[in-house]
Amino acid sequence: MTARKPRYSALALLREGLRGQRGWTPAWHSPEPKRRYDAVIIGGGGHGLSAAYHLAKDHGITNVAVIEKAWLGGGNTGRNTTIIRSNYFNRASQDIYDASVNIYEGLSRELNYNIMFSQRGSIELAHSAAEMEGLRRVVNAMQVSGIESSLLSRDEVLAMVPLLNPSPDCRWPVVGAAIQRRAGVARHDAVAWGYARAADGMGVDIIQSCDVTGFRIEGGRVKAVETSRGVIEAEVFGMAVAGASPELARLAGFQLPLLCVTLQAMVSEPLKPCLHHVVASTPNGAYVSQSDKGELVIGGGLEPVPSFARRGDLRKTAEVIASVVEMFPAFSTLKLMRQWGGTVDTSPDNSPILGPSPVPNLYLNCGWGTGGFKAVPIGGKMLAHLMATGRHHRLSAPFGLERFESGRLIDEAHAGVAHD
Amino acid sequence: MTRDQTGPGPMTCPFCGPRDASEFRYGGDPSVARPGPGCSDADWAAYLYLRDSPRGPAREYRVHAQGCGQWLVAERDTVTHLVGTITEATP
Amino acid sequence: MTGPSRIAGGGEPLPFTFAGRRLIGQKGDSIASALLANGIVTVGRSFKYRRPRGILSAGEDEPNAIVDVVLNGVRVPNVRATTQGLEAGMAISPVLGRGAALLTQALSPFIASGFYYKTFLWPHWGLFEPAIRRMAGLGRVDPDSRMVAEPGGNLAADLCVVGGGRSGLLAATKAATSGQRVLLVEQRAELGGSSLWRDGGDSVDLVAAARDAGVTIWTGATAFGAYENGRLGIHRQGAGLADGGSLWAVQAGQVVLATGALERPLLFERNDLPGVMLADAALHYLRRRGVLCGARPVIATNNDSVYPVALVLAKAGAVVTLVDSRAASERSADAAAKGIRVLTGARVARALGRGRVSGVMLTDGTGIDADLLAVSGGWTPTLHLYCQAGGKAVWDDERAILVPAFPVPGISLAGRAAGNWFAPDALPWVWSAAPEIPVAGKSRKTWIDLQNDVTLGDVQLAAQENFTSVEHLKRYTTLGMATDQGKTANLLGAAAMAQATGRSATDLGLTTYRPPYTPVPMAALQGLSRGPLQSPLRRLAAEPAHREMGAALWDYGGLLRPAFYGKDEASIATECLAARQGAVVFDASSLGKVAVMGPKARELLDFLFTGRMSTLQPGRIRYGLTLNEAGVVTDDGVVLCLGPDHFLVSCSSSHVGGFVASAEEWRQTRFGRDGVFIHDRTAHWATMSLSGPKSKPLLAGLGIVETLDDAAFPHMSFVMGRFMGGEARVSRVSFTGERGYEISVPAGLAIPLWQALIGAGAKPCGIEALGVLRAEKGFIYVGQDTDGETMPQDLGFDAPRLKRREGFVGDRALQLPVAGDADRKQLVGLARADGGVIPAGAHLIEGAPRRSIGFVTSSHHSPTLRRGIALALVEGGRARIGQEVTWFDLGQTGRATVTAACAYDPEGSRLNV
Repeated sequence: MTARKPRYSALALLREGLRGQRGWTPAWHSPEPKRRYDAVIIGGGGHGLSAAYHLAKDHGITNVAVIEKAWLGGGNTGRNTTIIRSNYFNRASQDIYDASVNIYEGLSRELNYNIMFSQRGSIELAHSAAEMEGLRRVVNAMQVSGIESSLLSRDEVLAMVPLLNPSPDCRWPVVGAAIQRRAGVARHDAVAWGYARAADGMGVDIIQSCDVTGFRIEGGRVKAVETSRGVIEAEVFGMAVAGASPELARLAGFQLPLLCVTLQAMVSEPLKPCLHHVVASTPNGAYVSQSDKGELVIGGGLEPVPSFARRGDLRKTAEVIASVVEMFPAFSTLKLMRQWGGTVDTSPDNSPILGPSPVPNLYLNCGWGTGGFKAVPIGGKMLAHLMATGRHHRLSAPFGLERFESGRLIDEAHAGVAHD
Repeated sequence: MTRDQTGPGPMTCPFCGPRDASEFRYGGDPSVARPGPGCSDADWAAYLYLRDSPRGPAREYRVHAQGCGQWLVAERDTVTHLVGTITEATP
Repeated sequence: MTGPSRIAGGGEPLPFTFAGRRLIGQKGDSIASALLANGIVTVGRSFKYRRPRGILSAGEDEPNAIVDVVLNGVRVPNVRATTQGLEAGMAISPVLGRGAALLTQALSPFIASGFYYKTFLWPHWGLFEPAIRRMAGLGRVDPDSRMVAEPGGNLAADLCVVGGGRSGLLAATKAATSGQRVLLVEQRAELGGSSLWRDGGDSVDLVAAARDAGVTIWTGATAFGAYENGRLGIHRQGAGLADGGSLWAVQAGQVVLATGALERPLLFERNDLPGVMLADAALHYLRRRGVLCGARPVIATNNDSVYPVALVLAKAGAVVTLVDSRAASERSADAAAKGIRVLTGARVARALGRGRVSGVMLTDGTGIDADLLAVSGGWTPTLHLYCQAGGKAVWDDERAILVPAFPVPGISLAGRAAGNWFAPDALPWVWSAAPEIPVAGKSRKTWIDLQNDVTLGDVQLAAQENFTSVEHLKRYTTLGMATDQGKTANLLGAAAMAQATGRSATDLGLTTYRPPYTPVPMAALQGLSRGPLQSPLRRLAAEPAHREMGAALWDYGGLLRPAFYGKDEASIATECLAARQGAVVFDASSLGKVAVMGPKARELLDFLFTGRMSTLQPGRIRYGLTLNEAGVVTDDGVVLCLGPDHFLVSCSSSHVGGFVASAEEWRQTRFGRDGVFIHDRTAHWATMSLSGPKSKPLLAGLGIVETLDDAAFPHMSFVMGRFMGGEARVSRVSFTGERGYEISVPAGLAIPLWQALIGAGAKPCGIEALGVLRAEKGFIYVGQDTDGETMPQDLGFDAPRLKRREGFVGDRALQLPVAGDADRKQLVGLARADGGVIPAGAHLIEGAPRRSIGFVTSSHHSPTLRRGIALALVEGGRARIGQEVTWFDLGQTGRATVTAACAYDPEGSRLNV
């Protein structure tokens, strides 16, 4: 599928090692935008690049531009805590997120790019009997749908995560947990880069440092986008601009049911392996995993205040760290190395919005909230399907904008802590 | 220098004076009006869910949740978080 | 072999070990200076290639000297040796040992930046990852070690000065003299900044002046982050290694950054060899710690700042060679005249030596014998906090430093951070120079990020592969992502990228500076929010009485309540039976008691509840539901009419805050503040709920109310009485289905009331038994037996949607298409033929492939009915009553019959027994 790209392999590494790495070619090009494409995708993050890849691969549409305001993968794709899982409550969510996990499982080979999907298992802790019942409800929902998930007893959790505070008298005693073993983490930048390289290889133009400043709408349809690098026309447009969706919608003349808020993320200094799984705690709204480099990657602290600041917040950071240290007392000896914030689009039901926008040839991929990274493969595939066929894919059908009028929301408050 | 639990905060409550922003819970967009009983499904959805979400200057409801409990209307920039005038919310 | 040695000292000796070797340092040493004083040059290994690494710096910019330290049984990983004070008894070890150093170094030509993206694809990453993980990581966490912090807090100041060097002290003194409240923070233990080791003015008088002016001075305190509105995050170091110190949020009107500048290394082949050190660090170790880092140093530079260093080192007895890449100048002539061997127009091509520096090769082929290679590639003002506060650092070609692109309100710069370094003498003084990127030599042996092993070759490779934005460079090569966050590497990396892509350094931005400036102990961030002080549990006034009766106290949504009384959960059944047969009391004090009063009280309540409350007469009680605007049930509760304009809303314990918030929102934004007032009295009253067929005579014996006659005091009404001289309100409501009385008294009388009821013969009843009793009756817990989609009609309340239709919160949502869907999940009961219990959380399934049609929300063994009972939300549930369904739980399945939600006394006759 990546015909124009030399294959990456151990052999290629050997060859390039022997000749001083001179033979590596650009992972993607930096073309000047053409005046006209068949399809234009706004947003060069994971979802946008994945959509471009799928337009080319699934639908044979290669005269495609991906327009990125800054540098590709620089939005939430490069700011999240890299968790991939499908432990959702509603069938529609399970179907779409599990399809995403399935793609992720083979993505490194598909893209010929190691995205380092590490299926370490994601553990969601229960600190009370009532929380355990809640987890059972979700685990059963998944098992009924044929999605791998199971409950863990307190002893099982403590054996798997030995650094957890085992005391039944601590503030967040471990009563049990749910685990999805297929869940895990991946190298977030690599996902964007892998898609970018593969899409570029199939002829997609990836145009960075290109800000969309307006839409030219004629006869109720988008004719072109105005950008900082000129006007670009296309038959069909897609937008995958988490954190900037309301802004772009405004340029196109409509509103979205989204609230943009800041999610905090942070990492510790690197450590020798000490935490195998992704561990999340619902009441704490905090989650932690250890990266391949050894850093503890910690997230949480979602505050429902509109913000586009993309910066870390001291109070929230301290709160998240406090609860993580309370659960893992030995982490008190560690140091926080870096913290940042990302702007996420949150939707009223914690489910994404996929489908046509009020402007017929502009399609939406937004509202993933804190969980967009795990859906990059499927989110892009769905956007590509919508753009290529003008119709919903079976998996995206429940997630259209019209659900807010009918009231048929896909409430994922049950999916537990939003830990991504 | 003494420990000061509140300090000159970035938000000035018209009832309590300057306080830390964290005391003020976000309460939504004050420009959204509740439609009457005869409204369409679309009107109701718009009232419930559709928001302008401005990037930059915004007007928003804030509740001084950890203070006087009053609903306020604040001018705030959603990028810089700088706060302008804060007034009492009224029906 | 020569190398570093202590030439002056005499401080109190401090024994410690390094990698198992017993050594002696002295009081005042950092770990790094103690190691140098003992002649130790190699202090660890690099992250990727496991190359030996020495101490580069004397401060927070150190990339190499990261160690694990054990002291008094506490292990602290990833300690920066250059800034951590030495303590007696420290057992210090490098975070990275040799490992498979030979292998990784042999492989190094093949594992350039990003190599892992290009391989390990087959069969899958999981096969290779464990080995890679074991190789990665720095320090080790000890499961039993703990670090604790001291209380921090918030602080307000007119001015906060960051940096206690000369410029910081001057700025602070000036402001304090003019009457401002000034806080000065200095990350080192002593004030004076670089004047402590560099010539150019003493700081003793300045310190005294600052103190006299009333400046609050914190040493050992790092301003690690600039947050909104001029707020700084400050970490004050603790007293020793295992003391996490304290975290402070400082709200300052103005901030002066007198944060100084950091020296940049030079790029040349094998510049990672131990014995290569920043020139300023060499001066620091000599002047501050009495350690001469080499007897035969070569000092390589592209600027004037090393000349004073050369003179001082020479004076201390070192044989100094100064290699200056620039042409001869007055200054080089001056140094030569003072006996320094100066080579101008000369550059270092390569460091020589096996494992440590033994010499230097210049680009012209000249070899120089050396035991220390001190380097200076210019200086970078420390603008981190300015950038975090919204500023942008740009390259100034003329001065060859980073400068602020624009002012940030509230922040100003002083001293070297502002680009000012006044000449120490009369000669021209050029203290910085643009980075020179070597074009000859082995770029893959020229290090930029020392900790993460990012070489010049890696940067060039990134450029070749089009990872040209600085953010892509950082992420692709990991440049600047190590524990030092690229303090010495970022600018060189950006310059190397600029050169590789034919841009000028001026064009090239730097990556975003993210807090913290230096790593902050998590213990300090946790602060006092630990143990019971983290999200403190709310407690009941009568908790001591419950404990006395052997209550098991559990956390129910942040509220500590009696789960049951007795040694184990077997007592739950006993308590249930007692409620059905005798009389029990449970502590219902946390139930909401929210007063709604005023002329518009009725109007507001009608709006808040799905049922009309305005028709309620004084003395009467009515049940109701509240919704959100999406029509979803948010709570249920009862409303008491205390008087014509005075009501009391008794919402459920976990929803008091939510109800009050919602009621206030509507009051203030829709009804107006004047006509109605809301007052949460929940904590003012203790409530004991008496329930069971024998409750009436039991209560009668206490004489709280005059009469318990059912005609005068029917179910869903209340009367006022007295208890121990205080007011008492007794309501006839029931959570169990039995006759019930809820007695509310001032909170101070909680224990006497409890004791009086127990004394009169009531058995204690915990929340767990109550959960069974109410489930038997089909009484819901909102949030457990409802979900984010449940509307009133799903619970059997059709009137809001079909009859009342408008005038209440969520009204219009009940008319949306979704509200009429046939497959809505409705609340029903379930019963197994064998009387067994279906686990709560089980789902109900049908079809092939199977799908969920609902789930069990509450499930118990009913001691009264002697069978399992369950509540469930099931698609079209009410139409299924009488039908069999299949349940599924963790792989197990079974059959059950759908029933009405109420399994016990559906007629409600028990209320009046």
